[in-house]
Amino acid sequence: MKLKTDVDSSDATPNLFAPRRRRLFVGKRGIAASSLSTAIVFGLIVSVLFVTPGGATVRYAFFNPHEMWVAWIGNPRIGLLAIRDGIFTNVWMFLVSEVLVLALGISIAWIRFSQSPVFVPFRLLATLYTDILRGVPTLLVVMIVGYGLPTLNFGFLSHQSPAVYGVIALTLNYSAYVSEVIRAGIFSVPHGQLLAARSLGLTQTSTMRRVILPQAIRTVIPPLLNDFISLQKDTALVSILGAIEVTRAAQIFSATVFNESGLTVAALFFLALTIPMTRYTDRLMARDRARRLAGS
Amino acid sequence: MSEVVLELDGVVKRFADNEVLRGVSLKLHRHEVACLIGASGSGKSTLLRCANLLETIDGGSISLFGQPLGDRRIDPDLVRRHMGMVFQSFNLFPHLSVIDNILLGPVYALKRKRADAYDEALALLDRIGLRDRADEYPERLSGGQQQRVAIVRSLAMQPSLLLLDEVTSALDPTLVGEVLDLLTDLAHNGTTMLIATHEMNFARDVAQQIVFLEKGVLVEQGAPDQVFNHPREEATRKFLERVR
Ligand SMILES: Nc1ncnc2c1ncn2[C@@H]1O[C@H](COP(=O)(O)OP(=O)(O)O)[C@@H](O)[C@H]1O
Ligand SMILES: [Mg+2]
Repeated sequence: MKLKTDVDSSDATPNLFAPRRRRLFVGKRGIAASSLSTAIVFGLIVSVLFVTPGGATVRYAFFNPHEMWVAWIGNPRIGLLAIRDGIFTNVWMFLVSEVLVLALGISIAWIRFSQSPVFVPFRLLATLYTDILRGVPTLLVVMIVGYGLPTLNFGFLSHQSPAVYGVIALTLNYSAYVSEVIRAGIFSVPHGQLLAARSLGLTQTSTMRRVILPQAIRTVIPPLLNDFISLQKDTALVSILGAIEVTRAAQIFSATVFNESGLTVAALFFLALTIPMTRYTDRLMARDRARRLAGS
Repeated sequence: MSEVVLELDGVVKRFADNEVLRGVSLKLHRHEVACLIGASGSGKSTLLRCANLLETIDGGSISLFGQPLGDRRIDPDLVRRHMGMVFQSFNLFPHLSVIDNILLGPVYALKRKRADAYDEALALLDRIGLRDRADEYPERLSGGQQQRVAIVRSLAMQPSLLLLDEVTSALDPTLVGEVLDLLTDLAHNGTTMLIATHEMNFARDVAQQIVFLEKGVLVEQGAPDQVFNHPREEATRKFLERVR
């Protein structure tokens, strides 16, 4: 009986050339093809603004260079806030939140890993905390904190600016996500690392601090940066509390002069903030992948 | 005979319904080398982990220098500082340089000054001919070099005994020799060791005691010549035939 796996017994030389249609796009022709297809796709997208019935109106309302400039620099004569003056608020809100989120996220992850019986109530609390805060929309957390804390009428906690409540809300919300990311990172460290550290006589705490966490953090930097990008955008939600940040300034602008170009400016601001970070995150992930491939 | 360092007495270990160690007893004296042999799955790794308190036992007792480790007042971290352990897969810390791998224990477990421990760590690296690689990361070293670093990492704690779990099994055959040579060297210098191994010739050369495990039962133990050349038990004979 002749099996399928038998060596081909015919003497014909096999053909190794790709079929004609797949040969079209190799070498220089490939570059030309990719440029052409890019131009067509982007052209089609932009052309929506020119061929649709409302295209001209949208172009005027959202992409009016003059109005965009006015929205950016503001106009004190008619009481218009400048979007550029809101930037500082967004930036300090996310910078402070990010530091707090990292600290709280690591602490929660740590508590959830701790073995000590004394920690049982804290472990329960930490689990409850992450479950709840990951489940509630960020906008709601912002409103609950922003309206709730002042109503408490409890000392300095109740007399803060909207931006401070924003920072508190974002920190609460995002540290729940970040603690999960860090936990996943901790799980990704091979068990042998723990065994090796403990067999050297390192305590649970030293093992975590010197061996597990440094490796965990390294692997979670890309997802962590993703969460931070998302946090930076969510500083816009604090506008609901009346904090004068970029989004709020843009909103005021459009409501006053009946032109939405301010919103475009606000969007550009967030893009200027996040695109370098998304690119950087992508690069990190590519480098990580390359290193893993080289390692195996 | 000299002082008993490690003693296992009727040790039982279960994973759920699976009884992995069924009443294992053995004694390890100071300066003695004992080799644990047995098929894969016979419980060698489990025995070493129990000795190092990385697993809790379900019966019997283990003592180090006559102190029962089951006592609630025993601090497992202190116990482990006296027992070095080396693993099949090296388990070097990839985020630390070679020298920092070696210094981690002395600095963070023994709380010694880094500067004080540093010279000793360098001397240890010198001993395995890797002094010039001190500042490199483990991934840059060959498997044999990594395993030798892992061995001196345990030695840096100046342990009373070393537990070694098939330390050459993950190595390319050409690299096995350099690791076994280091262990032989340690044995000649009087290091107390309990070695799980499949290297029968090595076991015959360095061990004073051979312990044969099968399915968690200590079937036979004795001097190398007796176990290898005149095994009393049928199971031992069969196992030795298979590995030869
Ligand atoms: N953590 C564990 N959980 C459940 N079963 C285990 C675990 N570790 C080892 N075993 C079981 O214990 C038995 C002995 O394993 P091991 O000690 O690794 O043997 P050896 O090192 O001699 O190959 C095996 O049947 C293995 O499946
Ligand atoms: Mg094993």
